[in-house]
Amino acid sequence: MYNLTIAELAKGLRAGEFSSVELTQTYLNRIHQHSALNAYVTVTDELALQQAQAADAKIAGGDTSLLTGIPIAQKDIFCTLGVKTTCGSKMLDNFIAPYNATVVDKLNQAGAVMLGKVNMDEFAMGSSNETSYYGPTKNPWNTGTVPGGSSGGSATAVAARLAVCATGTDTGGSIRQPAALCGITGLKPTYGRVSRYGMIAYASSLDQGGPMTRNAEDAAILLQAMAGFDDKDSTSVDQPVPDYLADLNKPLTGLKIGLPKEFFTADLNGDMAATLETAINHYRQMGAEVKEISMPTLKMAIPAYYVIAPAECSANLSRFDGVRFGYRCENPADLADLYTRSRGEAFGKEVKRRILMGTYALSAGYYDAYYIKAQKVRRLISDDFKNALAEVDVIMGPVTPMPAFGIGEKLANPIEMYLSDIYTIAINLAGLPAMSIPAGFINDLPVGLQIIGNYFDEARLLNVAHQYQQVTDWHQQTPKGFE
Amino acid sequence: MTTQWETVIGLEIHTQLATKSKIFSGASTAYGAEPNTQACAVDLGLPGVLPVLNEQAVRMAVTFGLAIDAHIAPHSVFARKNYFYPDLPKGYQISQMDLPIVGNGHLDIEVDGEIKRIGITRAHLEEDAGKSLHENFHGMTGIDLNRAGTPLLEIVSEPDMRSAKEAVAYMRKLHELVRYLEICDGNMQEGSFRCDANVSVRPIGQAEFGTRAEIKNINSFKFVEKAINHEIERQIEVIESGGKVVQETRLYDANKDETRSMRSKEEANDYRYFPDPDLLPVVISDEFKEIVKATLPELPHAKKQRFIEQYGQDEESATTLTSSRELADFYEAVVKDSGVEAKLASNWMTGDVLGALNKAGLEISQSPVSPERLAGLLKRIADNTISGRTAKQVFDKLWNGTATADEIIEQEGLKQITDTGAIEAIVDKVIAANPGPVEQYLSGKDKALMALVGQIMKETQGKANPGEVNKMLIEKLKG
Amino acid sequence: MSLTANDVKKIAHLARLGIDEQDVESYANDLSGMLDLMTQMSELNTDNVSPMAHPLDQIQRLRPDVVTEHNQREHFQAIAPQVEDGLYLVPKVIE
Repeated sequence: MYNLTIAELAKGLRAGEFSSVELTQTYLNRIHQHSALNAYVTVTDELALQQAQAADAKIAGGDTSLLTGIPIAQKDIFCTLGVKTTCGSKMLDNFIAPYNATVVDKLNQAGAVMLGKVNMDEFAMGSSNETSYYGPTKNPWNTGTVPGGSSGGSATAVAARLAVCATGTDTGGSIRQPAALCGITGLKPTYGRVSRYGMIAYASSLDQGGPMTRNAEDAAILLQAMAGFDDKDSTSVDQPVPDYLADLNKPLTGLKIGLPKEFFTADLNGDMAATLETAINHYRQMGAEVKEISMPTLKMAIPAYYVIAPAECSANLSRFDGVRFGYRCENPADLADLYTRSRGEAFGKEVKRRILMGTYALSAGYYDAYYIKAQKVRRLISDDFKNALAEVDVIMGPVTPMPAFGIGEKLANPIEMYLSDIYTIAINLAGLPAMSIPAGFINDLPVGLQIIGNYFDEARLLNVAHQYQQVTDWHQQTPKGFE
Repeated sequence: MTTQWETVIGLEIHTQLATKSKIFSGASTAYGAEPNTQACAVDLGLPGVLPVLNEQAVRMAVTFGLAIDAHIAPHSVFARKNYFYPDLPKGYQISQMDLPIVGNGHLDIEVDGEIKRIGITRAHLEEDAGKSLHENFHGMTGIDLNRAGTPLLEIVSEPDMRSAKEAVAYMRKLHELVRYLEICDGNMQEGSFRCDANVSVRPIGQAEFGTRAEIKNINSFKFVEKAINHEIERQIEVIESGGKVVQETRLYDANKDETRSMRSKEEANDYRYFPDPDLLPVVISDEFKEIVKATLPELPHAKKQRFIEQYGQDEESATTLTSSRELADFYEAVVKDSGVEAKLASNWMTGDVLGALNKAGLEISQSPVSPERLAGLLKRIADNTISGRTAKQVFDKLWNGTATADEIIEQEGLKQITDTGAIEAIVDKVIAANPGPVEQYLSGKDKALMALVGQIMKETQGKANPGEVNKMLIEKLKG
Repeated sequence: MSLTANDVKKIAHLARLGIDEQDVESYANDLSGMLDLMTQMSELNTDNVSPMAHPLDQIQRLRPDVVTEHNQREHFQAIAPQVEDGLYLVPKVIE
């Protein structure tokens, strides 16, 4: 049961082969059985079974939503009314969200059953899930390695069949990178496609929530429910949501694929290059045209991102001050002590690093040299993409330089960790949609292929991904011990 | 040689815009609610919440900009002003920095009969913070966030004022304007209209400005003048005794009539302004400006000019009557309803009505006499039913009761005697009975007439028309 | 580009962030490393480029001036660290 996709489960539920309650109970059992993976921060057993019961009633009544009764994991960055919402941080360890994020509301309305809240890098800052207050999550393919981050819990849950699907968020690669390292499918939508209301902010102009699933079809189903205009989010785009399932099977003849030469340099690991070449050959066989493109400003993406994201987050995290919610230090001597100690005791090192960096970049005397400069570089990067996508339909490349690294391996050197974001980060600066799909294995660890599309062209991305998944079976592999 | 000092003053005025809901959330802005009952998730800065801009706040800002002939930015941006304070839930205030919605404009003020143009540098939208309450919490401070998120329009003047008097005149003019435009209720006790003054001094003839001090949150016209004058004196004293004025923020203490330095604001704040990524640029189209322009009410200056032309008023009366929209509207209602000469109406308004209101400490909107009832009185003066003197009696009764002028005149039998025959008889009688004053008058002492008039009025119990009496007397005496 | 321990302390104060004395040096190193990354950007000529604060060319949507939120004080204050008489309590603020 737990190996079935959303589409298959939807059929099974309606055919009466099993109930949502049974399905949910199966997943809950697996979650508790595999708690060593540390994928979940909070498991909402009772609530899930209640939702499952309601779903079963809906299905009996003829409900047609594909997500009804489907067990889902919510990244602990989405506010869930009445349920602990930690954002992977001690700062929110006692935070019972008093409202639902719009994404959560939408998924509830679509009938999904929430199994619980999954682990993540603290405040979404990290690429390995190691900065979480709740400890690292383990990659089910090799529990000595990281699942990636910041949506590490989401990726692990889906890969290890501890949820049918999960929500993730992506600011610099946090859906795509863990999807790649865990051998699942992840999609970061166009900026503004999915509401950010209730999605605890890291970098407001870069954050987007998206689906993490076993395959492209499931991603289409989940995205369908998540996407849409929200009048509570000023950055939400009022554009109709297309039927993401409609074009999944369009043939790819004539598809123009661009490969940025800046992605395929001599620095790219040999095995990775070979894996990607094989993947791209499948596309050639399906009738796509592949050409080399150049995006000269791409290499500036990391410095630009590591000014902009920390700058925005340094302000976004100022609200965590021990006054109205969240952690408050004991016996504050005065107001200054309340702030300094509450924030000092409850934020982890990576979060502090980024707040410090952001504060510095915005401070008097440095604003022009760092922040404004980074925003200008951002425009150049965005223009590079616009120019490229005028020539090709999609851009492809690696997601990560390497497969999953060992837990603890990169913690000592944060800069090295930042540099591993090199393939994903530019996309967030431009606000474009992108996916990661399983493309093979290196040293028995999964690696992904990244597909980048034009603004609001998620349907095409899903089509391109889906067709690949018809001629390969990487996405159907299960980690040993979790079959 | 004593230095001649020149004062340089700029005012920053925060006006709370009279919207129903907050600038970035749908919570109410109504004054006086129980603490934190009007602070929604967005106002509290809960994790994950986002701001959405109130259309009316934009409209009101543009209204103001058009009324001061200012440049309206076609494209303006919200910025985060970052600092920590418990009444600032997000740890930043959403304000505007580089691209404010309203640019350069001006306001003309009148001081000692002279008109002076005060430049307005800019006006921008921002959100208000909450309130801190320091009493009664066993050593703690209580925070009420009802006010957090209320829209403010911060209006910054050029440092064009040269005296406390000018500053007050500007502040009054601005106060009148925002109330005219109905964008702010101007209630200083409730904090809807708050003034910060930037004051510096320099030797006359020096081009550079001196170091300025900022006096914060002055909430009455009286205090503004006192605070500024005190500050000017203080600065001159500091400089003349060899010291330097420190750039700092000071609070005015009304009880002691002095300003003192605010400890907590001593360190210069680095606000680290940057464009708020949760909000997008605000675009004001020409169409929008035209729509707002079309709904602009007649502005105080234009109304005053019209009163001078249309109603033949002098500068002073026109100024008084147009000092508030309510007063001007009241006056025009009286004129329309009564159909009497505008001058009669304005004399009564500026004299008796305003006098009575001031005495009772009431605003025109609280006048116990409505425009209709006053109109009723003026009609009876104009048609000679009662004399001017009697009218004052009637007015008193109008003020203290609910009867109309006609009812009062009827009840008290106050109708003027207009029967010339009857008056003549009494005039003759008094002339005959007062040969002394008659002779004095005829020999050139004009004042003697008054005694005769007085007698006649007494005989007629004040009901004769004094003007008629006077005329008749003179005719008869001069023969 | 190198940040000193003092620089770090100043920035930490601006951000009201408590940092252990023993960590100050390591933060200074980390931040200096990040700033070195930043210098790469100065190679690029951006003289005629306008800064990009948002990825899409959107403009701000306006919300009608209607009260839509009602009193939820009890609900929101249930998760507050310290409240009394409906007010959030903090150590006394001296003005």
